[in-house]
Amino acid sequence: MRTAKPPVIQIRRVTKSYGHGDAVVHALRGPLTGGGEPLGVDLDIAEGDYVAVMGSSGSGKSTLMNILGCLDVPTSGRYLLDGTDVGHLDEGQLALVRNRKIGFVFQSFNLVPRTTALAQVELPLAYAGVRAAERRRRAMAALGLVGLADRAGHKPNQLSGGQQQRVAVARALVTAPAMLLADEPTGNLDSRSTGEVLGIIDGLNARGRTVVVITHEDEVALHAKRVVRLVDGAIVSDVRQAPVDGPPPAPAAAAGVVA
Amino acid sequence: MLRFAVAGLAANKVRSALTMLGVLIGVASVILLLAVGNGSSVAVKESITSLGTNSLTVSSAASRGSATAAKKLTVEDAKALASATDAPSIKSVAPVVTTSGTALYGNVSYQPGQIVGTYPAYFETSNLKVDRGDYFSADDVLNSRKVAVLGSTTARELFAAEDPVGKKITIGGTPFTVVGVLRTKGSTGFNDPDDVVIAPLPTVQNAFTGFGSVNQILVQASSADATTEAQSDITRILMGTHAVKDAAKADFRISNQTSLLSARESTTKTFTVLLGAVAAISLLVGGIGITNIMLVTVTERTKEIGIRKALGAPRAVILGQFLAESTLLSVIGAGLGVLAGVVGSHFSVVGIEPVVIPESVLGAFGIAVAIGLFFGSYPANRAASLRPIDALRHE
Ligand SMILES: Nc1ncnc2c1ncn2[C@@H]1O[C@H](COP(=O)(O)OP(=O)(O)OP(=O)(O)O)[C@@H](O)[C@H]1O
Ligand SMILES: [Mg+2]
Repeated sequence: MRTAKPPVIQIRRVTKSYGHGDAVVHALRGPLTGGGEPLGVDLDIAEGDYVAVMGSSGSGKSTLMNILGCLDVPTSGRYLLDGTDVGHLDEGQLALVRNRKIGFVFQSFNLVPRTTALAQVELPLAYAGVRAAERRRRAMAALGLVGLADRAGHKPNQLSGGQQQRVAVARALVTAPAMLLADEPTGNLDSRSTGEVLGIIDGLNARGRTVVVITHEDEVALHAKRVVRLVDGAIVSDVRQAPVDGPPPAPAAAAGVVA
Repeated sequence: MLRFAVAGLAANKVRSALTMLGVLIGVASVILLLAVGNGSSVAVKESITSLGTNSLTVSSAASRGSATAAKKLTVEDAKALASATDAPSIKSVAPVVTTSGTALYGNVSYQPGQIVGTYPAYFETSNLKVDRGDYFSADDVLNSRKVAVLGSTTARELFAAEDPVGKKITIGGTPFTVVGVLRTKGSTGFNDPDDVVIAPLPTVQNAFTGFGSVNQILVQASSADATTEAQSDITRILMGTHAVKDAAKADFRISNQTSLLSARESTTKTFTVLLGAVAAISLLVGGIGITNIMLVTVTERTKEIGIRKALGAPRAVILGQFLAESTLLSVIGAGLGVLAGVVGSHFSVVGIEPVVIPESVLGAFGIAVAIGLFFGSYPANRAASLRPIDALRHE
């Protein structure tokens, strides 16, 4: 491991459990001690890395991602983002982090109902205080990037599942965040759209952004520099496919998929 | 932000409209009910001034438990009061007899509410002014002339559009010449003060009542402050003429219009306060309606709030959006309520002409808007302090 820069994401002994007593579910627990106590998950992600998180359904991928995106707080353990303990930030600072640093693509899109695609994509910019004209220009550019420039005026209920997912992607990258967290961003896309969206994500990573992608598909994982596997809330394997400061291994992988 | 708020309200038109209706009714009822209360007290105040604040009415009282019949009031009593040299508080005295009868003019026949026989001082003491013609004079009284002054209602009933002055009417077989018509006083309650015929006392006594007793003696005190003094002077003089030793056994009663009416005024104040309380409750209910609707809205849009927070919406923005919505609801509702209240107060309610109190308009509007802010802030706060993930998971 290079030590030039400290990792952007540092997770220390993080656990997340739901419920109490007998009904408790450890969504994130890490390795167990001899007495069966969860030790918590440790994970470092360096700036510019491209991490694919894989694992079966219910293995805690989304739970981990929500904590990384500052949407949820761990039951125990610490999360350091850029060296700052997120647990010590107040509401306003958290909102700022979500807005400026993180682009989040939800597994279930989470578009604002009754709002046009353009307005959806403009939202994070509006909260960042970007002026209307500039906002519009950048939102249109982001929609163009995901191939939805002609659907800018459509509301979520007038868009197909794949189109909604692409609006969600455009919304996550419109602020040019330092970190892109995507929970199955290609889950509803055909192979061509999948290729397009992955191309966009690869491009962002090539320009130095840190990317974490949850996926079930091996061909998506091939785009990543590093693959982390979760089983029952614990990391069971962590494989590096390409160096952190190199380009994403996409072209070769894409060629491999086609072959 | 306002645009978002309008869009939010427009998304659920019926619900927003019903909520506004609650506020509207609250505000309108505050304005209207207070206006009705105020209107009735204004009417009472007006009738106090129109009666003349320094007039006293002496009427005979049957002394209870006394074997002999009470001595009635007579013209002599009035003269005693008028000629008393040691009673400077008494300015003028007018004995009054009242009767009823049918008045004829040509083939028009009408029964006026009252036929009054009195002295010219009666006009000033009762605050009556002629509109056309003139009052009858002391000379008319001395000579028992058959002249009459008509109230405006009586004049209209008998003469319609014609000018009554100088015309002859017949009441109970006696011909009277109309010398004047009084200015309209307007009804203050159950009887119409404009429905009268006023004629010289001896003329009326001669034609109708006979020269016995009089019904009342109207006394005008020299000033409003002198009424109490005048009251004791009257008591003293009449106890002399009636040979009554004990003031408690006096066979006459002196009533002071002012005190009578100020009692009535305080009743209308209570009435106004009660109306105001009812209206305030309806305003409160309107406010609770806002809370209710905002709670439903927040619950319904919890997921949306979660999305917005995940995208980095600061707490203040979320808070502001819902507060803007609830405030807009209450401002529009209150605005329409003010409109409804002010328009509604142009119609008379159960015979009372409502008089809008400007403070009530401002107050009701202000309170409604404050209620919107206050009751809207609870749901808005709840929305803003949700954790994004909890909000997102909300079904
Ligand atoms: N709010 C919650 N309350 C209770 N249990 C929860 C809650 N959220 C998640 N879980 C549980 O935590 C575990 C991990 O859930 P998570 O959503 O992280 O799975 P995942 O790996 O993302 O699965 P998938 O691939 O299906 O999206 C699951 O067993 C789930 O039932
Ligand atoms: Mg998931």
